[in-house]
Amino acid sequence: MILAVVLIVIVVGSVVFHFLNPWMLTELASHWGSMDAMLHISFLITGIVFVAVTLFMAVAIIRYRHREGQRARFQPDNRKLEWWLISATTVGIVALLAPGLVVYSDFTRVPSNAMEVEVFGEQWRYSYRYPGPDGVLGYADIRHIGAGNPLGLDPTDPMAMDDVVVHDDVLRLPVDRPVRMMLRSKDVLHGFFVPQFRAKMDMVPGMVTHFWFTPTRTGRFEVLCTQHCGLAHYNMRSHVEVMEQDEFDAWLREQETFGQSLAAADNDEAPDDLVAMGRSLADSEGCLACHSVDGSRRVGPTWLNLYGSEVTLADGSTVTADEPYLRRSIQEPGAQVTAGFSPVMPAYSFDQDEMEALLAYIRSLSEDADQE
Amino acid sequence: MAYVPSADAHAHDEPQSFVTKYIWSQDHKVIAIQYSLTAIAVGVVALVLSGLMRIQLGMPETDLVDASAYYQFMTLHGMIMVVYLLTALFLGGFGNYLIPLMVGARDMVFPYVNMLSYWFYLLSVLVLMASFFVPGGPTGAGWTLYPPQAITGGTPGAGWGILTMLVSLAIFIVAATMGGLNYVTTVLQARTRGMTLMRMPLTVWGIFIASIMALLAFPALLVAAIMMFLDATLGTSFFMPAIIAMGREMPHEGGSPLLFQHLFWFFGHPEVYIVALPAFGLVSDLISTHARKNIFGYHMMVWAIVIIGVLSFFVWAHHMYVSGMNLAFGFFFAISTLVIAVPTAIKVYNWILTLWQADIHLTVPMLFAMGFLVTFVVGGLTGLFLGNVVVDIPLADTYFVVAHFHMVMGVAPILVVFGAIYHWFPKVTGRMMNDTLGQLHFWITFLGTYAIFFPMHYLGVMGMPRRYYAYEDYAFIPQSAHDLNTFITYAALAVGVAQALFLYNMFWSAFYGRPSGGNPWRATSLEWQTPDTPPKHGNWGEKLPEVHRWAYDYNVPGVEQDFIPQTEPRPDSGPPHDRQHHAGEGRS
Repeated sequence: MILAVVLIVIVVGSVVFHFLNPWMLTELASHWGSMDAMLHISFLITGIVFVAVTLFMAVAIIRYRHREGQRARFQPDNRKLEWWLISATTVGIVALLAPGLVVYSDFTRVPSNAMEVEVFGEQWRYSYRYPGPDGVLGYADIRHIGAGNPLGLDPTDPMAMDDVVVHDDVLRLPVDRPVRMMLRSKDVLHGFFVPQFRAKMDMVPGMVTHFWFTPTRTGRFEVLCTQHCGLAHYNMRSHVEVMEQDEFDAWLREQETFGQSLAAADNDEAPDDLVAMGRSLADSEGCLACHSVDGSRRVGPTWLNLYGSEVTLADGSTVTADEPYLRRSIQEPGAQVTAGFSPVMPAYSFDQDEMEALLAYIRSLSEDADQE
Repeated sequence: MAYVPSADAHAHDEPQSFVTKYIWSQDHKVIAIQYSLTAIAVGVVALVLSGLMRIQLGMPETDLVDASAYYQFMTLHGMIMVVYLLTALFLGGFGNYLIPLMVGARDMVFPYVNMLSYWFYLLSVLVLMASFFVPGGPTGAGWTLYPPQAITGGTPGAGWGILTMLVSLAIFIVAATMGGLNYVTTVLQARTRGMTLMRMPLTVWGIFIASIMALLAFPALLVAAIMMFLDATLGTSFFMPAIIAMGREMPHEGGSPLLFQHLFWFFGHPEVYIVALPAFGLVSDLISTHARKNIFGYHMMVWAIVIIGVLSFFVWAHHMYVSGMNLAFGFFFAISTLVIAVPTAIKVYNWILTLWQADIHLTVPMLFAMGFLVTFVVGGLTGLFLGNVVVDIPLADTYFVVAHFHMVMGVAPILVVFGAIYHWFPKVTGRMMNDTLGQLHFWITFLGTYAIFFPMHYLGVMGMPRRYYAYEDYAFIPQSAHDLNTFITYAALAVGVAQALFLYNMFWSAFYGRPSGGNPWRATSLEWQTPDTPPKHGNWGEKLPEVHRWAYDYNVPGVEQDFIPQTEPRPDSGPPHDRQHHAGEGRS
């Protein structure tokens, strides 16, 4: 009897919870309102079944719980009832599936006027690329990754020359224009998910995956990784800024194209500008995916003001972050781990010049660097 | 009919020494207990791991576990619960104990292989536990072990951890194969006189079909494990494309991460039903026995089990809607997945229709069966969200998925496990478990797990991604969601601690429980009709039992007693109830 009451309380409580809880969908920011509609249809149909089944149980328990002298009715089956239930279930399933597949077919058909944008994932950050005026993303392969080319664009592909690679971690999109996200990964599986856009897709190394949506309102949204990608999966994030078309166009025009950056690197490559070389190296080797240069906390300690500072190690001792310490931490990362961070960095072996450049770059990020 | 007359005369020689009786035992009942205790022990480890994870999620300020440990606990929790606890317990534990007793056999057909199966299982568990102590610790790749991440440096335990995991899985699969061959062969070949397939209790049907599925599904995991092992050690490229991981070019080229996912889920989805079908079977018998009423629609129930078993091999890629596979697959897998809902729904209808006009005894096993029904209905219905590809796209990899699969294949089967243990414990030990502790255990577990997982769906609807160590500074996650997370942690810890009630009850009752007699629930099926309780070696004494009816003759009209054991001969000529009684045989 208590059980029957509890079942009724569960039914009522669950329904009330569904309507009153504050954790429903985020405010939609893409055209995938049809996905939300499907979600609500699913809640409706399954909710009815849940309420019916649980209440049926409660009533059965109240009416047929054991009393002295009670006997059950011997009833092996009832074909008519069973077929009726199968039919009703089938109708319910079709009611879910048919509209679902209609919406899904929209998802599989990318509009021909969609703008292509590339998302490039690596442990543990996103980068973005726009196709430039030709509207075509140039050929890219991780084999081409190197200094000044962190996304591995093919320097021999003319289509790649007008591509724009974004380094500031923000994906900018024009509002009300369909966009086809082309997803690549440098290392492991990642995911690209903006809750307000609803649609998401995994990023798979060795292939290009894609999905599409149309942003429907301007604003700033968070990008989350939705496929376990290692230790800092939970902290792999980025932002999307949806803006008016003309604002977007103006911004894009100001960006340096891949061709321009190649030319710039060719022209004013100053071999003695160690800091610039170090910065480029830190970018292409993925250092900056874990070590921020603005003081924010990532997987590893920030490099801002690291040089010359007192570092507390995991064992409680302290050490000054001088050149020998930094050098050792790069070549032998497990030796002196900073307190509060996990010992996950792999050992790197750079040649003499590269190491000097990296150290110069790290040094340049400290306020008292000039006094050295 | 696979009746072996010589089995009557040939009662096994009973092993004499302690070692042959309890350690290197070939008796299916002892092996079942070994399997069960090992599974429960490793399950407690996984339970503690989940508690530690929940403390991090609900109270991140405690700093109890770091990110590495979190992902390692998460991985081990999932893998242990799915494979080393539930699969081992349902097949190796309940399958071993109940199949021979329920079909009227003296033992499994291959007792020696059966013994080996357990020792291989124990070895796989030991290897898995050893991974806590290898350099770098256990793998933190998630129980799905997706490459490349599982074997690259950014994941905890990417060296020794993942290799021990793969080796342990391979050993487990050897154990499961030896066990599975035994269960299938025993059901097909060792049924006693009169035990037709369509007279078998649904427990046997569920375990039987699940065993066949395990034999077909585990090889996919085995080859995937071997291929990943080679990728990690010999530098092959089955699953590894050319990648640069943590600044380093890896020596691979041309492999496919998606290939692994297909292999994994070709195993992984049937695995869900390898766990679910035995639970379906067991709970059917719990409901029928404690409602004192025949299971409604026995034929439909059998066919539903078979159809679910077959269909479950055609739905695997619904785990991969957003994996990057060709989007066209989504149409096929959405349809096949939602079709499977029909036979599953039939099972639910038949369970609740069994309650109608019944004589419901709300014993502890029955309470757990009812708890299973509610939990399974919620988990099954949310499966319709995730199977319907376009609803899945926003929900994939969010807490909605976590809530769904914990409801449907975590909590629901484990409630059946508990109910079944309370139910069959008297047969195993000859003693009853304590009723008050059992009730308390039920209420905390049932209401606690509902409080954990029901609200969790809504975190997923909001978009909270799963497998996150922490949720720092995400603007779209309101403070109330963090508070909910803290509440869920309290509920989870309460449920976790409450399991001590169960363990205490089980061990205490084994020695001091009230003596139960041979058939305390007044049940019909064969295992309750053994000459001794607990059954002795060889189960049936001098003569094998003979079966005359199905396992569901409860409250047969015109019969005074409210149950008729399967061994009870039918009256030769027709008393008034006999026609209807034939109907009870399902027109066999």
